[in-house]
Amino acid sequence: MAKTSYLCWSLLTFLLAFSTQSAEMPLNMTQGVTEISQQVYHLHMKIFYICCAIGVAVFGVMFWSIIHHRKSKGVEPAQFHESTKVELLWTALPVVILILMAIPATQTLIAMEDTSEADVTVLITGSQWKWHYKYMDHKVEYYSLLATPRKQIDNKLKKGDNYLLEVDRPLVIPTGKKVRFLVTSDDVIHSWWVPAFAVKKDANPGFINEAWTKVDHPGVYRGQCAELCGKDHGFMPIVVIAKDQADFDQWIAQEAATQAAAKAEEQKLLSMNMSKEELMALGEKTYMGYCAACHQPTGMGIPGVFPALKGSKMALEDLPGHIDIVLNGKTGTAMQAFAKQLSLSEIAAVITYERNAWDNNTGDLVQAADIAKAQKP
Amino acid sequence: MSTVTTDPHAHAEHEHHHGPAKGLKRWLYTTNHKDIGTLYLLFALTMFFIGGAMAMVIRAELFQPGLQIVQPDFFNQMTTVHGLIMVFGAVMPAFTGLANWLVPMMIGAPDMALPRMNNWSFWILPFAFSILLLSLFMEGGGPGFGWTFYAPLSTTYSSDSTALFVFSVHIMGISSIMGAINVIVTIMNLRAPGMTYMKMPLFVWTWFITAYLLIAVMPVLAGAVTMVLTDKYFGTSFFDAAGGGDPVLFQHIFWFFGHPEVYIMILPAFGIVSSIVPTFARKPLFGYASMVYATSSIALLSFLVWAHHMFTTGMPVFAELFFMYCTMLIAVPTGVKVFNWVATMWRGAMTFEVPMMFALAFIVLFTIGGFSGLMLAITPADFQYHDTYFVVAHFHYVLVTGAIFSIMAAAYYWLPKWTGHMYDETLGQWHFWCSLISVNVLFFPMHFVGLAGMPRRIPDYALQFADFNALISIGGFAFGLSQLLFVWLVVKCIKGGEKATAQVWEGAEGLEWTIPSPAPYHSFTTPPEIK
Amino acid sequence: MSEKYEHYYVPDQSPWPIVGAVALFMMAFGAGHFVNEVTKDQPGYGGYLLLAGVATLIFMLVGWFRNVIDESMHGLYSKQLDRSYRQGMSWFIFSEVMFFAAFFGALFYARTIAIPWLDGASNNASTAAVLWPAFEAAWPLLKTPGGIETQAMPWQGLPLYNTLILLASSVTLQFAHMGLEQNKRGQLKLMLGLTILLGASFLYLQGIEYVHAYQDLGLKLDSGIYGNTFFLLTGFHGLHVTLGALFLTVIFLRILLKNHFTAHKHFAFQAAAWYWHFVDVVWLCLFIFVYVL
Repeated sequence: MAKTSYLCWSLLTFLLAFSTQSAEMPLNMTQGVTEISQQVYHLHMKIFYICCAIGVAVFGVMFWSIIHHRKSKGVEPAQFHESTKVELLWTALPVVILILMAIPATQTLIAMEDTSEADVTVLITGSQWKWHYKYMDHKVEYYSLLATPRKQIDNKLKKGDNYLLEVDRPLVIPTGKKVRFLVTSDDVIHSWWVPAFAVKKDANPGFINEAWTKVDHPGVYRGQCAELCGKDHGFMPIVVIAKDQADFDQWIAQEAATQAAAKAEEQKLLSMNMSKEELMALGEKTYMGYCAACHQPTGMGIPGVFPALKGSKMALEDLPGHIDIVLNGKTGTAMQAFAKQLSLSEIAAVITYERNAWDNNTGDLVQAADIAKAQKP
Repeated sequence: MSTVTTDPHAHAEHEHHHGPAKGLKRWLYTTNHKDIGTLYLLFALTMFFIGGAMAMVIRAELFQPGLQIVQPDFFNQMTTVHGLIMVFGAVMPAFTGLANWLVPMMIGAPDMALPRMNNWSFWILPFAFSILLLSLFMEGGGPGFGWTFYAPLSTTYSSDSTALFVFSVHIMGISSIMGAINVIVTIMNLRAPGMTYMKMPLFVWTWFITAYLLIAVMPVLAGAVTMVLTDKYFGTSFFDAAGGGDPVLFQHIFWFFGHPEVYIMILPAFGIVSSIVPTFARKPLFGYASMVYATSSIALLSFLVWAHHMFTTGMPVFAELFFMYCTMLIAVPTGVKVFNWVATMWRGAMTFEVPMMFALAFIVLFTIGGFSGLMLAITPADFQYHDTYFVVAHFHYVLVTGAIFSIMAAAYYWLPKWTGHMYDETLGQWHFWCSLISVNVLFFPMHFVGLAGMPRRIPDYALQFADFNALISIGGFAFGLSQLLFVWLVVKCIKGGEKATAQVWEGAEGLEWTIPSPAPYHSFTTPPEIK
Repeated sequence: MSEKYEHYYVPDQSPWPIVGAVALFMMAFGAGHFVNEVTKDQPGYGGYLLLAGVATLIFMLVGWFRNVIDESMHGLYSKQLDRSYRQGMSWFIFSEVMFFAAFFGALFYARTIAIPWLDGASNNASTAAVLWPAFEAAWPLLKTPGGIETQAMPWQGLPLYNTLILLASSVTLQFAHMGLEQNKRGQLKLMLGLTILLGASFLYLQGIEYVHAYQDLGLKLDSGIYGNTFFLLTGFHGLHVTLGALFLTVIFLRILLKNHFTAHKHFAFQAAAWYWHFVDVVWLCLFIFVYVL
């Protein structure tokens, strides 16, 4: 027994030593910033304490027995081996405890699933490997991508404070309002999770799941995709900024104006032609941001999974097919539709780039107007 | 005795003197339950190390934040194949191996009921796993969609090797179903006279129930992979909303298999612990009948709880409540089992040889896994735990310190019966203590990491998780290395050692302890009479 | 139980299981490549390996069953062993039931959950409003949310005839069994032959039905969940009818050529009959849930 207790203690001290070092990481579930997240936290603690109490009782009896009822102490083993009364007791007692657990759990669950009477509704669409946010009551929508530089991931640069938990354009929501999330996906299943809100909902392609939150205080809240969604599952974080109503109104008005202006600009561009250099420069930037994850920066793809573009029949010959697949994607494959993700000029540029980079050298120049034409019918 | 023309007894006499054949043929052609049991156990051990090597790759990559050793794509393949190998290649075959060795000896049967089919069940496995492992070297890599292969990641978005994965799961399933049929028929039909159902050792009982679970759910898995195959290659849309299907349908079918599957991996463990604890407490098992009823209720309930793996998929509230309540109910029969084991120890006269140590560790650590399981059953809290390291901690507590520890306990307990030699007790104790400490350094901190918000199945993580992940990795490497002690011990024990008596353990009871150690090649060719 | 213990026959070594395992390996490995080659129009050896695997499996089955038949004819099998075979066969059929259950489950789920949800039922109002505004739930699902259209297979006509044919085949098989038990070998042969004939005509009509579905109705394997469940359920059933008919044919040949089976000892016959009745019951469920309702 001395051996046992010695080892237990050394294990404990070892663990404690480590936990003090990493003061940054909380050792428990977050209490979060919403009423619901608090409820969830207290539910978690309640059940944890009940489990601990049962554990102490059961293991207490067991270790008492291990210490005292050992052959080396010369005890004679008893021979009793059944008792219906005891069996009934330790069947019935847990049932009572479970009912006591189930009541608050049921209440919280029903509150969590009531998405009615929301003030703001946001459509959240996951895709490999980014989130798209669309405000249903405003003309505002945008993609939100990982902002951590590749070099930090590859250990070539020092990692920042919010390593892997930072995005280029966070979701912005007003405080004090019931915000409803409509969660869906364009490709595989993702899961939108912000621990501080206790919201985790799967984004199922073709279906919309609903969740809601009401954040009381302004702040920045971070989360991650919580369902394996392929290669870069670990690299599609979520950042939500909660702002006061006034700040939010100002932000969304400005955002709507910017997006409207961009659309108008896009229309203007239709009548202008970009030079090859401009197209190639914008095309390369777009390609690296949207295409290279699958087709690879070298255009070689990954054999057996993602086709190569370098030397491919489509990139060398079939221009209408090329425009069509970028705009509309290819059903039944991982190729997504980029029509709503990219601007017309970006699509034109990326197709130009794919047809001229990596020795493809077709000399084809594709302009925004060509894309607009292809999009018409 | 109706139309038999030749005298069967003459034949029997002739057969009695058959020992094992020589060389490789013995193992390829064998119909002997002990040979086949050995093959299963050695295969499981090999797979345990292959799957373990993959775990080491995972832990090495996660040792520090950033990508160091493998790319995310390959990381996903490692987690996927690690899971598949450990579930279908290590734990299940190990239990089947134990069933092969022990069930006929425990019920006084001459062999398994269908000996040739028994051999077929085994030999499919090495081939099935070769296919799975070979797929890793295909263009585009092996399966990378998690062992749960959720659609559409496993259909539209998977690599070309998916077909190989599907067909290897198919033949694994055929193997499991035939193995299960064999166990059921053996137990129903080959019990020695007087061995009534309620006299069967609990290991036999738990395996009996496990086998029913197997034949009920392995075909459902076959159906699920078939739908994945046709969705990916033949244009069906079972899991595609555009065609009227639903990706969540896949999860329903998968977990209808998957939840009974996790009990398939733990019920035999209950049987093992129920055999070992009374032996070393020198006191009969407390509440034999209630153990049988509890096991049966767990098995029945396992068909009603599958969607607790899917609380975040957007089911309606009433469904979430139903699955939450049913899942919580499972705690009751599971609790009964733990209470019974503790009551068995109470006022016994205990000694602490290695099998007992592993069994005791099982009881404590499996119960910890049970507690976290109860926490996971609470739907609102599950929204926070789901798909984090808390879940990883939970199922590794029930599968490693649960299933694997029970298999270790069983190996130590019956090794003397199998080899005729006592194992090296000191080495065994070393193995136990090293495993116990490292496994807790490995899995206990995962609870904290998960609660702090680290998702599972990611190759890289935020900086706050760094220290704990380093600690976890150290635990992982130590646990991996500790298992080499076990291999050393087993080799030593096969080669020689103190001669084991027939009874081996002072407190052991049951038919297998009435025959000599090592058990003769054929035992109970004429059934014993049970009073 | 006091009578003398009848020895339980445990066979010596057998080469067949390992041959069977190799066969399954070739089939799985071959099929895994073949599927990719077919759907992507690539050259490869997968198909040949698959065929070789099937051939090996047939070779194994012939060899294995020849051993079993020899042993049985030499009277090595006790009643207890006979029971093992019977129980083994019944649990095998149970596992087959569960295989079909997966596909029936998919059918029920699609009908009662997925399709209504896509049209806004339960907690999916937004699903319909935002993603599929034009979709209307219906069964059979003749227009998928993605817009694929097809026609339904009516239950009158071929499916109804097929139901009658299969039901009749179960009856004739029962008569064959009675003939065997009452030592009326003529009745046995006639009725068993008739059963096989009925099975074959079922398969023939099913083939015609498939051609009709593809050519006239535009009902295909890939025309949405209705076509998926229709073809996979009837297809797997058809595969089982084929296997069952082959099984019965082997029994028929054994009776015809070798005069096997007696009134008291005829496990193989019984197993084939059970299998056939099982296939029949599956068809009834199919007829009701796939065609009629």
